[in-house]
Amino acid sequence: MLQALANGLMLGGLYACIAVGFSLVWGVLNIINMMYGSLIIFAGYITYFIWYGTKLTPIVLLLPVTIAMFVFGYLLQYLVINRVVKRPVLTTLTLTFGLDMILYNFMNSFFEATPRRISLNWGSFTIADIVLPIDRLVAMALAFILTFLLYLLLRASKVGRAIVAVRMDRDAASLMGIQIPQIYAITFGLGAAMAGACGVLFAVAFPVTTNISGLLLGKAFVICVIGGLGSVPGALIGGLALGLIESFGSHWFGPQNAITIGFVLMLILLMVRPTGLLGVKGYE
Amino acid sequence: MNKSITAFLVVFISLAAMPFIADNYFVKLATFIAMYSALALSWNFIGGFTGYPSFATAAFIGLGSYAGAILQNAGINLIIAWVLASIITIIFAAFLGFAILRVKGHYFAVGSIAVVELLRLITSSWSSFTGGGDGLNVKIMEGGPDFAGRVFLYAMLAVMLLAFLTTLWVDRSKFGFGLKAIKQNEDAADMVGINVTVYKIAAFSLSAVFCGTVGAIYASWIGYIAPVDAFSIITTLKVPVMVLLGGEGTVFGPVLGALVFVLLEESVWAHFLEANQAILGLVIVFLIFFLPGGILKINYRKLLAKIQGVKGA
Amino acid sequence: MLEVRNLTKNFGGIAAVNNVSFTIGAEGNKGEIVGLIGPNGAGKTTLINVITGVHPATSGDIFFEGRDITKQKPWQCARSGLARTFQIVQPFPAMTVLENVTAGALFSGGASNKLDAERIALGHLEFVGLAHEAQRLASTLTLPSRKKLELAKSLAMNPRVLMLDEVNAGLNTGEIDKALELMNAIAASGITILIVEHLMKVVFSLCQKVLVLHHGELIAEGAPREVAKDAKVVEAYLGHKFASKLQKMDAGASSNV
Repeated sequence: MLQALANGLMLGGLYACIAVGFSLVWGVLNIINMMYGSLIIFAGYITYFIWYGTKLTPIVLLLPVTIAMFVFGYLLQYLVINRVVKRPVLTTLTLTFGLDMILYNFMNSFFEATPRRISLNWGSFTIADIVLPIDRLVAMALAFILTFLLYLLLRASKVGRAIVAVRMDRDAASLMGIQIPQIYAITFGLGAAMAGACGVLFAVAFPVTTNISGLLLGKAFVICVIGGLGSVPGALIGGLALGLIESFGSHWFGPQNAITIGFVLMLILLMVRPTGLLGVKGYE
Repeated sequence: MNKSITAFLVVFISLAAMPFIADNYFVKLATFIAMYSALALSWNFIGGFTGYPSFATAAFIGLGSYAGAILQNAGINLIIAWVLASIITIIFAAFLGFAILRVKGHYFAVGSIAVVELLRLITSSWSSFTGGGDGLNVKIMEGGPDFAGRVFLYAMLAVMLLAFLTTLWVDRSKFGFGLKAIKQNEDAADMVGINVTVYKIAAFSLSAVFCGTVGAIYASWIGYIAPVDAFSIITTLKVPVMVLLGGEGTVFGPVLGALVFVLLEESVWAHFLEANQAILGLVIVFLIFFLPGGILKINYRKLLAKIQGVKGA
Repeated sequence: MLEVRNLTKNFGGIAAVNNVSFTIGAEGNKGEIVGLIGPNGAGKTTLINVITGVHPATSGDIFFEGRDITKQKPWQCARSGLARTFQIVQPFPAMTVLENVTAGALFSGGASNKLDAERIALGHLEFVGLAHEAQRLASTLTLPSRKKLELAKSLAMNPRVLMLDEVNAGLNTGEIDKALELMNAIAASGITILIVEHLMKVVFSLCQKVLVLHHGELIAEGAPREVAKDAKVVEAYLGHKFASKLQKMDAGASSNV
């Protein structure tokens, strides 16, 4: 029982980090990035292969991968996605869906879907019957730190505050001189960067395979619906909630049913309170 | 309007004549075109006319497939099984619509995708009833491949025809007018006297019923279904793309889109099996950037003027 | 006739509409034009939204022609004979002007089919002076034309009570005069009008009765001139400059008698 709690919290931290970039892009640009799961896995693969070739501790890769993903995301938004930002949901969703197909296929062809596991052999702590694998602990800790850094960025930096302004009221922000396309690109880049960072952390603790890129995307959805869009605290609450739900769900109903419960919860929430526990009304 | 009907008849008759003018390969291709036309026309009710971006198509297909297969395996007559599967699907859609049509835009889209996944997961685990991840076998039709080929071609064509006739009716009716109003301004539609909730649920249910029929027929045709194919995310993405390709909200657009898409699929990327998904993705990107309204909505006069302008320069 | 009793609407702790009661269009007063005035944020649009079912009332009752319509949704109110226009016009942008008004006639106006509805719609378009634009897309119209379209659409719904939300905002003097003519003609045909307005000139020339809303509460009700002299109303909304101008006007008028 306590093990389930511990597992849930460890998962939750990572989940929160995964969702926060996704939630930010959705909240600010009103675009769902269907590539998100694949971006995480992509970063995971890069991490794996570099570790495999150089035996470098993956943690070291956190910064370079994050920066590379930021640039990738920024360019992608600026050159491609910016052109369709004003179009209806169907168009933008289908576009990112299509882009995801390309990335997914690319990864499948070049990396193959067999799960790749970085074996670090760091062992685990055991406190009072609860097993705490160190790789998961490290991933969780770094995830929390990253999430907190993003929160600071959004609150304390000029760019961050501009992003929040755009999220709250795009037209008002534009009237105040904020360059919307620039902010969009930065936000999307940040989203991709978070995905990249999470990919690295994910690779530390879990096997990397394209088979779960859709699943990760699904979890990001669920977390956004639980916790609300565009806010870091929301993603945090949603992530922890999902982590705990999956952990306990897995404990009581079996691991294969864990994500099913998450989806059912999301559908119920969509019916009664789609904007989530901390969400901002008005975003669809 | 009459242009749409004529165009449809041309396509329909060509497909129906296939067994008499070509071999089994083309009959099979025609069956796929008919099938996707029916699916595209269905999606058009909720996505094209009403403007709600549904990705629930695969949920209805899969439900129809499994309902049809299980009923058939229980000994029920083929056609009755198909009809019952359609009824089950439409009832499911009405309840589902009541639940998720309360939200719009992304929330609705995400909810609809989640339903597909959820059904897939449930079907996979409920092995005692559905055969689980191993899938379900269905009795293959007797009479040999040629006969079976024709049966299923005409079955799919029948659904395609029904879907088209329904589209024609919706397009001209008060109901369709209301749906179009909802698409453009849901609050104003409410204010003008349209019972928005009932209209949306009706459109959503319409978008499901033929998918269920198609699913049931498909299961009988192929003889085998499994969760991952029945509730396929790729299919649920392909169908709206076909409608976007042809021209959403139009009467003939879905059929045109399905036709072009299936032919493209057959001729181009069946040869690049490994890059299948990537090519789908590229098609989508191309579609969105260069054909924003679909084939039927291209401003041909402007295009012609541009080309002539280039020639003259 | 429309009767509102103790109507309250809370939005997260703030009473946007607070215990409002009034009656318009009662027997013998059909075709009256009632003004609804008050400072921005007073709750005028919210009041209309609650009456028409866009927001559910927190407490209180709404009666229309004797029937309790408190829990009705917008489309039900529309079909009952209660129509409203939006402050920011809400057309169906991709439809033609004719189709927009046809929608009103078809879904609430009692037309039996689309053709019948189109005929009725054309009549209303002629009334507001938009018949020549019947085939234009609503999104291409100028603002005054959009306001006329909104009006025609709500008239096509065959209302007995029509609520107009700042229908003159953004119009110039000439256009406003034309609008006033239209409104008098509508009222003359027996339709009771509730008009949200900021222009006192319109209120004075058009309305037999005025309701004044402030912070969601009804602070005054009566003939325009009396309400304009009410100290609370002057304090909350009209301002002393206007009040003294009014006094001078009255003094001048009485001295000319």
